[in-house]
Amino acid sequence: MMERIHDFCRGFLLLELLKGMALTGRHLFRRKITVQFPEEKTPLSPRFRGLHALRRYPNGEERCIGCKLCEAVCPALAITIETAQRDDGTRRTTRYDIDLTKCIFCGFCEESCPVDSIVETGMFEYHGEKRGDLYYTKEMLLAVGDRYEEAIASDRAKDSAYR
Amino acid sequence: MELITSLPQWAQQLSESFFGAALGGQVYTVVKTLVLIGCIVAPLMISIAYLTLWERKLIGWMQIRLGPNRVGPFGLLQPIADGIKLFLKEIIVPSSSNKGLFVLAPIMALAPALAAWAVIPFAPEVVLADVNAGLLYLLAMTSLGVYGVIIAGWASNSKYAFLGAMRSAAQIVAYEIAMGFALVVVLMVSGSLNLSEIVNAQGRGRFADMGLTWLSWNWLPLAPMLVVYFITGVAETNRAPFDAVEGESEIVAGHMVEYSGMAFALFFLAEYANMWLIAMLTVIMFFGGWQAPVDWAILAWVPSIVWLLAKVVCVVSLFLWFRATFPRYRYDQIMRLGWKVFIPVTLVWLLVVGIWMQTPWNIWT
Repeated sequence: MMERIHDFCRGFLLLELLKGMALTGRHLFRRKITVQFPEEKTPLSPRFRGLHALRRYPNGEERCIGCKLCEAVCPALAITIETAQRDDGTRRTTRYDIDLTKCIFCGFCEESCPVDSIVETGMFEYHGEKRGDLYYTKEMLLAVGDRYEEAIASDRAKDSAYR
Repeated sequence: MELITSLPQWAQQLSESFFGAALGGQVYTVVKTLVLIGCIVAPLMISIAYLTLWERKLIGWMQIRLGPNRVGPFGLLQPIADGIKLFLKEIIVPSSSNKGLFVLAPIMALAPALAAWAVIPFAPEVVLADVNAGLLYLLAMTSLGVYGVIIAGWASNSKYAFLGAMRSAAQIVAYEIAMGFALVVVLMVSGSLNLSEIVNAQGRGRFADMGLTWLSWNWLPLAPMLVVYFITGVAETNRAPFDAVEGESEIVAGHMVEYSGMAFALFFLAEYANMWLIAMLTVIMFFGGWQAPVDWAILAWVPSIVWLLAKVVCVVSLFLWFRATFPRYRYDQIMRLGWKVFIPVTLVWLLVVGIWMQTPWNIWT
């Protein structure tokens, strides 16, 4: 009975509502945590899984050996690979496409790769303006790899102790 | 200054020489009234636009965010960008709607929200229509606003819109009564329906004679009525936490579901105009309108409209503070609060004040 009277008084005198308003009132003066994106960025983990890239060896030779492990492991069926023998007798891809609209960025392709060829970079600021723009071909993926090789290599080096 | 005071006289003479003595006087009255309406509506529209920005900023700060800051310095051009966007959008009229009513509804929502400003006193003697039944007119206008919502819900021929309209009708009926009773108490202690007179009545009393005007305002002796009035005001304007009318989680946007472009924007203008109106009325009824809080000589240079606007901005910020703090009431909770809490409270306080006024301790003589 006493408890019910107590509850009634607290509700009727708006004490609980005022307590809630005091909380938001205090937050009004707190330091704001907004990250103003294009100028400020949050730190990225070296394991961040962003845009894909195909890497090369330092001598310029492409790493990919066309084993199709990534195509097999891809849960979203986003990767399409065709291979052929090159003049020097090695097996190379003639087609390596990733449909980024299908990709779920799970990172399995990167983990399955025996030669560290297909990797996911820390790049996440890319976009397409037409429907086909996010269908990445082998040339585009190699170009991404060439462009960000330094960052890719340093991310791999930072994470090497745990791999 | 002399130029401004002589302007009406000059305009009247011009009108009379142009249209003749009899017709010229009437033309002058109509034009003068239209100009004065413009003088109220134009700043009101700007303050509505900037209230949306202030709302987003304040709620942002309370959620430790920054709020809009990209369009112009501190995001000051954001409302203008929003307005341009809404102007350029197509107004889609659903093919199975009642077209006439569908177009009429947003106008029905906005017109009373603007019309109510005719009787608002902004400073001593500064009021468009100094009518003696101002309070009755205000009650009539604020209740008319709900027709816009009901017509919108009916004309849209959509389930969500119709449910929103039904909720709105029930909610307004429930809270109108409590609001009316709260205002009756104010009416009793000021002895007038004229809003200027209500403000003047608050400037009299023992504390006002001591120079502490703010203690003689209605908010202190009528504190429970202030709380009831303001909360019913929040419910009348369909603002959080009483926004079950447009509750996103269950009925998408209620009566506004089928509206787009400027027709949708009109509902928003009406909602924000009503927020300003309720804040203004709260200040006039309970916080002494344009009066300065203390009667000190060093504050005598401050124009009375500054006090009025400062108070109104504080009260309107409370609406936003509520929205940042409270989750939406369930529908049955809204009904319970309206019928079983507010109406009994107002009735009891009506009696208390009535008896108080008959005792020797009556402070409102």
